[in-house]
Amino acid sequence: MLKKLALTTAVALGLSAGGALAAGGSDAKIENYAFSFEGLTGSFDQNQLQRGLQVYTEICAACHGLKYVSFRNLSDDGGPALPEDQVFAYADEYEVFDAAIDDFRSATPADKFPASALANAPDLSLMAKARAGFHGPAGTGISQLINGMGGPEYIASLLAGYTGEEKEEAGTILYENTAFPGGWISMAPPLYGDDVEFADEDASTELEDIAQDVSAFLMWTAEPKMMARKQAGLTGLIFLSVLSVLLYLTNKRLWAAAKGKKSA
Amino acid sequence: MSHAENTQGTRRDFIYYATAGAGAVVTGAAVWPLVNQMNPSADVLALASIRVDVADVEPGTQITVLWQGKPVFIRRRNPEEIAEARAVDLGALPDANADNANLAADADASDENRALDENGEWLVMMGVCTHLGCVPLGDGAGEFNGWFCPCHGSHYDTAGRIRKGPAPRNLPVPTASFVDETTIQLG
Amino acid sequence: MSGIPHDHYEPKSDGQKWLHKRLPVVGLLYDTLMLPTPKNLNWMWIWGIVLTFTLALQIITGIVLVMHYVPHVDMAFASVEHIMRDVNGGHMIRYFHMNGASLFFVAVYAHIFRGLYYGSYKAPREVTWIIGMLIYLLMMGTAFMGYVLPWGQMSFHGTAVITGLFGAIPFVGESIQTWLLGASAVGQPALNRFFSLHYLMPFIIAGLVIVHIWAFHTTGNNNPTGVEVRRTSKEEAERDTLPFWPYFVIKDLFALAIVLVVFMAVVGFMPNYLGHPDNYIEANALVTPAHIVPEWYFLPFYAILRAFTAEVWVVQLADFVTFGIVDAKFFGVLAMFGAIAVMALAPWLDTSSVRSGRYRPMFKWWFGLLVVDFFVLMWVGARPAEFPYDVISLIASTYWFAYFLVILPLLGIIEKPMTPPTTIEDDFNAHYGKKDGAADAVATPAE
Repeated sequence: MLKKLALTTAVALGLSAGGALAAGGSDAKIENYAFSFEGLTGSFDQNQLQRGLQVYTEICAACHGLKYVSFRNLSDDGGPALPEDQVFAYADEYEVFDAAIDDFRSATPADKFPASALANAPDLSLMAKARAGFHGPAGTGISQLINGMGGPEYIASLLAGYTGEEKEEAGTILYENTAFPGGWISMAPPLYGDDVEFADEDASTELEDIAQDVSAFLMWTAEPKMMARKQAGLTGLIFLSVLSVLLYLTNKRLWAAAKGKKSA
Repeated sequence: MSHAENTQGTRRDFIYYATAGAGAVVTGAAVWPLVNQMNPSADVLALASIRVDVADVEPGTQITVLWQGKPVFIRRRNPEEIAEARAVDLGALPDANADNANLAADADASDENRALDENGEWLVMMGVCTHLGCVPLGDGAGEFNGWFCPCHGSHYDTAGRIRKGPAPRNLPVPTASFVDETTIQLG
Repeated sequence: MSGIPHDHYEPKSDGQKWLHKRLPVVGLLYDTLMLPTPKNLNWMWIWGIVLTFTLALQIITGIVLVMHYVPHVDMAFASVEHIMRDVNGGHMIRYFHMNGASLFFVAVYAHIFRGLYYGSYKAPREVTWIIGMLIYLLMMGTAFMGYVLPWGQMSFHGTAVITGLFGAIPFVGESIQTWLLGASAVGQPALNRFFSLHYLMPFIIAGLVIVHIWAFHTTGNNNPTGVEVRRTSKEEAERDTLPFWPYFVIKDLFALAIVLVVFMAVVGFMPNYLGHPDNYIEANALVTPAHIVPEWYFLPFYAILRAFTAEVWVVQLADFVTFGIVDAKFFGVLAMFGAIAVMALAPWLDTSSVRSGRYRPMFKWWFGLLVVDFFVLMWVGARPAEFPYDVISLIASTYWFAYFLVILPLLGIIEKPMTPPTTIEDDFNAHYGKKDGAADAVATPAE
């Protein structure tokens, strides 16, 4: 019966994610990139996040915003972990409106990143959780169970998925993209490779690599507490497993007499 | 339960106690986050420490900044004010305590213990009268050329110490330090 | 309370007597905890405790979340992000609450199907069953309103769709929909009132849970054999039962711990797996997500809602005989609520003389098919409404109704059931065998 239950639960879990499968065309090509934060104990790569921040700052930020992220988060452990002075300096580059003085002032670490500069450029704070790269098969949700939701993979595939083709439709130029549902996206290719100069000269500036860097960074902005969550999850699993074993033994011992007594 | 008694009492008891103990630990671990969530959140804590640019403050002037919902006076004193503050006999002070969060609780109220830097040029203190919480007037106000609280007539000297009036204590000095030559960090 | 003869609480000290005379609360607790419980209950009798735990979990985490949440269209989404990013441990509390809803429904479906298989709904437990169905309806309402609160894209447009169901009611539908939303569209009034009701309803559920427990403590638990506990004397009753404490408390807690291991794995490592990515985009009235899909636990009934389109002859017939009052849209709504209603009517639709499905050779197969049907409906509910999914959902929906309205009544007449054991004691001994008195008999779970 226990087995049956486990199976039922697994099927229920599997089927349910069917909800998430729906979005996205079946022909979209999402590369299953390997990110450092995947798996039970995987964590963000601090250097990658810092490179991603640089890509975001120099390229994405021209149009997109990160309005739910605070500058102070950049110094968080497990995140980009920038030294505090750099965070102050970074925030100082931005101007924010302060209602208290009814004027603009330079930002401090306690302030948030600005929102998108363009009306049709979505905010990127949660983008890595607002998109699913993996679907199906056939609405079973098994792919997401195995590979994860695929948010960062989707972003990286999208950034590296331009074919170079473009067309004009109703006055808008659309660019062909192999990862985008429908195949045509209104965002012009933002990355071409060698778009940024990293302080670390060994870091690759190939298109696919910087696409992954900025995707990893956006995963962090979407789920900054991922490390804490996994840690709590693992601790909880261990605690509860020990408790289960103890309760099993207690239960067995408790019932032994009741079951044995009948035969005595 | 009478029928639960058997010869393996010790081992049985151990398992029961271990289970109860583990259950208590798991419950405790689950309760703590529910308590802790009411502590100040990260965005509130982030405002517990602010940096103030004092590059434009000339000697003999002051600025008032808002920190954690309260005014903070940052005054760059001129030599006369410093000399006046340092000439005071500590015995004449109603509150002989420095009231300086950066120093030990029993530090005396000498001017050196009140000022932020060694030269005594910078004076940083909460702009809240220790009597009933009004904001005192500054720039040499009052009988002692420091601050004067208009609500009930408390006079503070050029080191922010209470000299006359109903206020019981000196204006408290908050946790503060120089980050660089022209930036003061509060908190 | 119980009709099963057993020892009742006797106050011993003067202090106990003093209190018992004025407020017999200790006696109430004692009788509740020491309730004689059929000793052959198997591992499907654990979901009650899982549900009780989950209700407590949802209420506690919910109260905590409300300390940080702001029910305002401009701030709701941001306040949830504030919880996720800045509040101490807020991300865990929110993920617990979010996935707690899923745990709630996993447990309630297991609980309901257990009842359907072992005939727990049959006389004299009809009231327990009906109260349970009311709880289930309230749970669905609470879950739906809770899903609105984060004010994401799915929250917003899901609300529009679900309240639109009421708009399908003939003549008064639109007025009801407007009344529900407090406006002609989803907005601040809807968010505010759903927040209020989402906070209120769990406490109504908690009250009903007490009534639910009261009801089955009056009739006594059902058990896998469906055979009643002997009540002629205390001695006989004691041979069929064991006190709830400690035997079933410990057993249930063990099962709960196992369930929580799985739950913890989901919360810790795939907290968004059961959710929808679109809900991480703030609500925008101008853009509808490409596919509006309800949460997984609504999918079976959502599939039934969509199954009855205007092409189905039953719908056309209903349309014709009601002079167009019951159109396809309203028929779908009726079918969805009807699917739950027929389940609630099971006590009167099941004509079998035997209670437990264990002793019903034909019933077993039909019941198994119903379980499969449920999962098929769940799956098809998330698929686009096109061939072949439309046909599958129509067949699956039809079976759902056929099971309750045709198969259950007929089976009782044509099926020849096996003979259940005479007593619970016999069943228990048959399971554990006549051991030679060893104290550490193997504790293989029943079933």
